[in-house]
Amino acid sequence: MSDIDYKDRGSLLNPLKSWAFFGRPPVTEPLEPRAASANYRGFHVNDWEKCVGCSTCQKVCDNAAITMVRIPGLPVDPVKGVRDERPAIDYGRCCWCGLCVDICPTGSLALSREYVHTCTEEQISSYFVLPDSSGMHGKPFGLGWSKTADADLVDLGRQEMRELEPEQRIGNFAEIVAGYDDQQALLEASRCVQCGMCHDACPTHMHAPEYIRAIWQGQIEEAVRLIYETNPFAHVCGRVCTRRCEDACSIGKRGEPIAIRWLKRYAMDAVPHERIKQIAAAGKATTASGRRVAIVGAGPAGLTAAFDLAKKGHAVTVFEALAQPGGMTRWGIPEYRLPYDRIDRDIDVIRSVGVDIRCNVKIGQDITLEELRNTHDAVLIALGLQQGRQTRIPHSEHEKVFRAVDLLNKITAGEPFELPHCAVVIGGGNVAMDIARSLARMQKQQYGQVDVVVTALEDQQHFMADPDEIKEALEEGIVIRDNCGPQGCEISASGKLIGLKTWKVLSIFDEHNRFAPRYDQAGETIHACDTVIEAIGQFADTSLLGDALTESLEWNRGRLKIDAAGRTSESWLWAAGDMVSGPDVVTAVADGHRVAASIHEAMSVMEKTK
Amino acid sequence: MRPENYQSVSQPPSNEFELFYGPNHPGIEGNYALKVRVHGDEVTSARADGGYLHRGFEKLMEGRLWIQNIALVPRICVPDPVPMEVCYSLAVEELGGIEVPLRAQWIRVMQLELSRIAAHLFFFGGHAATTGMYTPMFWGITDRDLILDLFEELSGGRVYHIYNIPGGVRRDLPPGYLERVSKTLDYLESRLPDYDNLLFTNKVFVHRATGIGAMTQEQALEWGVTGPNLRATGLAFDVRRDDPYLVYDQLDFDIPVEAAGDAWARSLVRRSELKESLRILRQVVAKLPHIGGAIRAPIPNPLAWNLPAGDVYTRVESSKGELAYYVVSNGGDKPYRVHVRGPSAMHAVQVLEHLATGARIEDVAQIMFSLDACPPEVDR
Repeated sequence: MSDIDYKDRGSLLNPLKSWAFFGRPPVTEPLEPRAASANYRGFHVNDWEKCVGCSTCQKVCDNAAITMVRIPGLPVDPVKGVRDERPAIDYGRCCWCGLCVDICPTGSLALSREYVHTCTEEQISSYFVLPDSSGMHGKPFGLGWSKTADADLVDLGRQEMRELEPEQRIGNFAEIVAGYDDQQALLEASRCVQCGMCHDACPTHMHAPEYIRAIWQGQIEEAVRLIYETNPFAHVCGRVCTRRCEDACSIGKRGEPIAIRWLKRYAMDAVPHERIKQIAAAGKATTASGRRVAIVGAGPAGLTAAFDLAKKGHAVTVFEALAQPGGMTRWGIPEYRLPYDRIDRDIDVIRSVGVDIRCNVKIGQDITLEELRNTHDAVLIALGLQQGRQTRIPHSEHEKVFRAVDLLNKITAGEPFELPHCAVVIGGGNVAMDIARSLARMQKQQYGQVDVVVTALEDQQHFMADPDEIKEALEEGIVIRDNCGPQGCEISASGKLIGLKTWKVLSIFDEHNRFAPRYDQAGETIHACDTVIEAIGQFADTSLLGDALTESLEWNRGRLKIDAAGRTSESWLWAAGDMVSGPDVVTAVADGHRVAASIHEAMSVMEKTK
Repeated sequence: MRPENYQSVSQPPSNEFELFYGPNHPGIEGNYALKVRVHGDEVTSARADGGYLHRGFEKLMEGRLWIQNIALVPRICVPDPVPMEVCYSLAVEELGGIEVPLRAQWIRVMQLELSRIAAHLFFFGGHAATTGMYTPMFWGITDRDLILDLFEELSGGRVYHIYNIPGGVRRDLPPGYLERVSKTLDYLESRLPDYDNLLFTNKVFVHRATGIGAMTQEQALEWGVTGPNLRATGLAFDVRRDDPYLVYDQLDFDIPVEAAGDAWARSLVRRSELKESLRILRQVVAKLPHIGGAIRAPIPNPLAWNLPAGDVYTRVESSKGELAYYVVSNGGDKPYRVHVRGPSAMHAVQVLEHLATGARIEDVAQIMFSLDACPPEVDR
């Protein structure tokens, strides 16, 4: 029952007690707008320095009040994931729910405490506003509803990848990374906000947002189809890609980027190989064009071009000097990062669309380039960077001084070589890490202990190598000595290599940003060893071109000069891959596509003129 | 010559009129019309005429992501928006199997009760106004504004808070918030005697409201009446107690009932409920500082969030009665179908038509408001 006492049927006198209120001031709201609360959801403010134009606010807006507007003059950098677009708000639609603020990946967007805006009929367009940090009317009202850690709608942490522990992996070449399971892949794919920064950053512009969405929807075959639209080295790139996409990812601005590489790997591993072959072959021309293309070098660039051209109906023959195709992905990258069977699968797919790969054929020796020219309509050279650069420090011509690529080749081929008991690697890039970690594994297998030292000019923070590689190398017992400039190999009286002498590096580049290292001689160190391995870069061996062709081709600072489409100054010859651009797999793949398109176009013109 | 199919038009007697109550009428909280046929001062039939506020929410929700709908649902009932947000969130949470952190549950209860008080204050003013008394309306709206101040501080919005989200709430309490809630509660409690003197123990109002729009418990149950209107017919049914959600089972409160089933009883039930809500809020204010933890369960990226296929029916006690959401998911990122079971749809259509028939024309407005139906929620 009611708690009030209304004395049967109330009283006529009770309401008269309210006369007491006549003496009190009335409740009055002042004409001036009152200050809004600290959490107020007023007009938007957007920090243009932080905003990257990812358009996630536009996607979450339930009133379609946000339009991305291009602002000419703003910085654009697809590599860093920055666009020259900023959100504009239609205040005729906005309902100030603030979801745009809570989901903003960069945290640039906020709502202010400003809430008054009036205009005449003529100024009605002033309800369409491009917010910046100055506020709706340029007056400081302070931030209202803004990003807080506990209310963030962006999932900043990535799914953890299962990996072999250092002690499990050091004694063998088993693949370290286990790959995502179905659940992890789904969760990781669900983090993506579909901004497309990855697509812009990728050299070959893979449809990453689309295949991530397909994985999230459980349509793995669709994901594979999307992957194959732009990249026939899908297994390889799913494992060892340099992943510019992840550097550009807008989730990565505040958190960990989407693991795009691992998602690609997941999709490729989840679909049976025979089905992948069917998917990859879709869209292949049903009639042969009658044109013949020769490609020299079965690496990512050459085989990508071969894949594209074969699907267009051209007869493609790839000539490879080594025993197996794959180029540096096979002969350079160790098996624990990229198992050979995965390369075989990628190549099997490429073969399945009709590419003829002939191994152990050395152009220049077995067949000359001139012969290829005479028997084919176009020739593409994609030789890669097979020759290791040398330091040319004193005594570096000693027989115990090796180039990293040569040793990596031997390891892949299974050729025996005298395994060093104690090795010093010169270089701080991924190749240096590859050889150091490969040797460490073999040492563990044969000698039971690891003794590999990596020396490099840079300090460890600025190594060219992937940070994960450095971390894992240290875990595996490899010693890294940074800021060490090699000065010479130490030879004993009996002529044996006994060490590498280095000086402490003061600076690497001069004021014009040219390579000119300065050393402190006082910081001299002798790194005792029985083998020195140089991993300071590679160059292309273009001797197969022959003297006459080398003479007639145009060159640019030692590199073959090509036009934007990859064609050399000789109209029948194209060049692609690491030897002209690069150096990584995905850039070579992009190069392969570009050059294939150019060759295809050139041959179409040939047909017409006939 | 008359055509063969000629029928003479029968004219109504000259003392019968059809009158339009609304769609713009202070007898109800929004645009809603009641067509009444009067014979002299007596209403001989009444026909509810809604649709002026139809915005198609249920359909709109099918086209929006699960999370986008939180900006839509409070608009279904303007004077009492929090139950809409909470009920929708409960439905999504049940579909997704999301466990809401305890702190968020207590914060939700706090909002629900604040919203109930605001709605009841609105009701006092409205009901009094339909009997010709305007001071309670000024008072009710002024005091309701204090609660809107609290909501502004909590959620950044005075009327549409959009503060609940599937998984919990969107922001933690601002520093010192509970003290300010406490102060407002003190003030509101101190105002109750004023309201009682002015309205609830005012002989004029008591006589004016007694026996108006009376229904029996059987009728109420038959017509689908819920909430304070049902409790005014003597049945102590309240979703908060009989099908507890959030942390209502840990709270101590009574269910006020009245037996008469008339406008006076309905008014009195709400007056007593306001006191019970103050009581609940006192408990929440005392308890909340001791409940730490997250304010929201982790939810997936809203742009890529599929809920498992299935259907749920969640209900809460709003200030108007039992509010429920029936949500169907087909496994996608948007609802397949949402049905809002708004209490006002029953109160403003079949109940109002029945009660108005036979009433006197000057009582129709009071009957309309005493049912506290919310037209935006009727139309949706």
